Amino acid sequence: MSLEIRNLHARIAANGTEILRGLDLTVEAGKVHAIMGPNGSGKSTLSKVLGGHPDYEVTEGEVLLDGVNVLGMEPDVRSRAGLFLAFQYPMEIPGVSNANFLRAALQARLPEGEELEATDYYARLYEKMDMLEMDRKFTARSVNDGFSGGEKKRNEILQMLMLEPKYAILDETDSGLDIDALKIVSSGVNAMRGPGRGFLVITHYQRLLDYIVPDVVHVLVGGRIEHTGGKELALELEAKGYDWIKDDIAQAVSA
Amino acid sequence: MNATIEAPIETVSEENDSLMTTGPDFASHPEAFRARQQAAWGKFESTAMPTRTDETWRFADVKSLSLAPFTRAEVLGDDEQAALLKRSAGLAETSGRMVFANDQLIGRDLHGDALRAKGVLWLPMEQAIAEQAELIEKHFMRESGVLGSAKFAALHESQVKAGTFLYVPRGVEIALPVETFHWLSGEGASVFPHTLIIAEENAKVTLVDYFQSVGDEAGFACGVNDIVVGSGARVTYVAVQDWSRKTLAFHLNTTTVARDASALALRLNLGGARVRDEAVSRLCGPGGRSDMLSISAAEGEQIFDQRTLQIHEAPNTSSDLLYKNSLNDKARTIFTGLIRVDEGAHKTDAYQKVRNLLLSDEAEANSAPGLEIEADDVRCTHGATSGQVDMEEIFYLQSRGIPLRLAHQLVTFGFLNEVIERLPGEPLQQKLRELLHGKLG
Repeated sequence: MSLEIRNLHARIAANGTEILRGLDLTVEAGKVHAIMGPNGSGKSTLSKVLGGHPDYEVTEGEVLLDGVNVLGMEPDVRSRAGLFLAFQYPMEIPGVSNANFLRAALQARLPEGEELEATDYYARLYEKMDMLEMDRKFTARSVNDGFSGGEKKRNEILQMLMLEPKYAILDETDSGLDIDALKIVSSGVNAMRGPGRGFLVITHYQRLLDYIVPDVVHVLVGGRIEHTGGKELALELEAKGYDWIKDDIAQAVSA
Repeated sequence: MNATIEAPIETVSEENDSLMTTGPDFASHPEAFRARQQAAWGKFESTAMPTRTDETWRFADVKSLSLAPFTRAEVLGDDEQAALLKRSAGLAETSGRMVFANDQLIGRDLHGDALRAKGVLWLPMEQAIAEQAELIEKHFMRESGVLGSAKFAALHESQVKAGTFLYVPRGVEIALPVETFHWLSGEGASVFPHTLIIAEENAKVTLVDYFQSVGDEAGFACGVNDIVVGSGARVTYVAVQDWSRKTLAFHLNTTTVARDASALALRLNLGGARVRDEAVSRLCGPGGRSDMLSISAAEGEQIFDQRTLQIHEAPNTSSDLLYKNSLNDKARTIFTGLIRVDEGAHKTDAYQKVRNLLLSDEAEANSAPGLEIEADDVRCTHGATSGQVDMEEIFYLQSRGIPLRLAHQLVTFGFLNEVIERLPGEPLQQKLRELLHGKLG
């Protein structure tokens, strides 16, 4: 069981700029993989391409979710197949309450004609919100509308807890979080770690990985995975920056 | 056996029955009122039909305004009336309910004691016209149709007999809403629903009008509602318009707000083929406030044509207009609005915002907001925007497993629901959400 990315090439649909250039990566169920990389290396593009964002075109490669290629699927089908994307910048949906939004998302997972049981739903929702120390009033508030940066990220994790995906991609979930919020969000993620679930944690900073300790760390440069190591690699990157990897690549190319 | 029908086919000239020539409907009105109706009929006949060159009919499709196909509605049979009483379901808890079908009162239920409170007059219009001459003289249609529909206001005045008269005396607060249902039935049938709310000093009341067709026949509705809000009083008025998709409708509203009083009016436009709304809010006492809200969920070939006027006569008054339209298919919406701040109405706070959500390339929204300011030290903003659904919002919803079509519905619902959230009272909000959900699918 794994989320397997094979030789993924993707470009911006509007202007043809290639961002991902043959990316290979396999996240096994039960493992946490982290992707780090300098600005512009393609980290956020990767998450959007995995989610099926229409701004990007895949020109080559496959993304196999437990063996099934998801690249031809609509974003909602990918979600129901078990993929979750925590957004770096979660969208605001004015006028749609958080509770109704999550309800619609869960309802979409039920067979035609079956209705979501409201009492169970709210019980579960409140339980997860308590875990994330979210006030109950967030159920009635419009999705992310007027939320602070930290509240939006908590709300992303709440959605993940409710939807229970097989594979979750967290795109810079630490950005905009203070240390207390970071701990709460991390504990939400850690609570979901388990043998049946894989995580791909995309981050610019090592800090998040103190709380969500990865099994594997990858370095993304120029749209490809250029280096892979254990959790200590994150510390090394924090200390030395990314230049040494870029130098390695340059040497490899010139050799 | 094939018997030839020998009887001559009665040829009824449409002209004879048509609203154009029907004359006033005197009902059981007193003489003085009949004179008024006769004068109104004269005005109706002598006033020309609107043309495209009239400023108040800018952008409008004036071709479809012919009244020739319409006649007075007929009284419905007992079975149909009973069925309509059952269908007249609004809020779970109300102070009372009146039901009209084809302009006839078919039901009137009192719930609890609120409307028995000292001096409250809650009457069908016909009774009010007969019994409350003084209040009628003082408040009934003092200025209607000033935004272009004078001809139709005159027609209404000549035909009026149905609707709600609600007088709330000084200091009386009616906690639960009062509801009125208006049903229209029959091909070519027409109705003239009226709503007159008079809230005296520090009174408080909420009234909900539901306008519905029984079937899908083409009909004509020409309604007027006047809201008079006395000093310190608070009135909430909601109109749910769900006429058949072949109905031509006029709804002409005036609201007068006295010192420290507040009025909040919300229109929910769901049905109708072509609907003309005119709303005037007059702020005539310092500290008065008027909220003018509207939601139109337009689809198919529906046309919603809305004209508004916010008049600030007194200082320290505020008005806040928010009209939101969603437009699908080949639907059209038209808005022209004016904020007028009279000389001496200093410290006026006036807002006017129109937002159109275009869900189809073939839909068309015309908006022309306007300002006319004669006072100093005022704060006025106005603006109209038209835009499409944000694809990033759609992607976000889809990324949670919500299918594309439902994602569009949710975003559209949310856009319109923001107006519903301005209403006081969760049950009322919830009712309107249900009705809106019903329209958006």
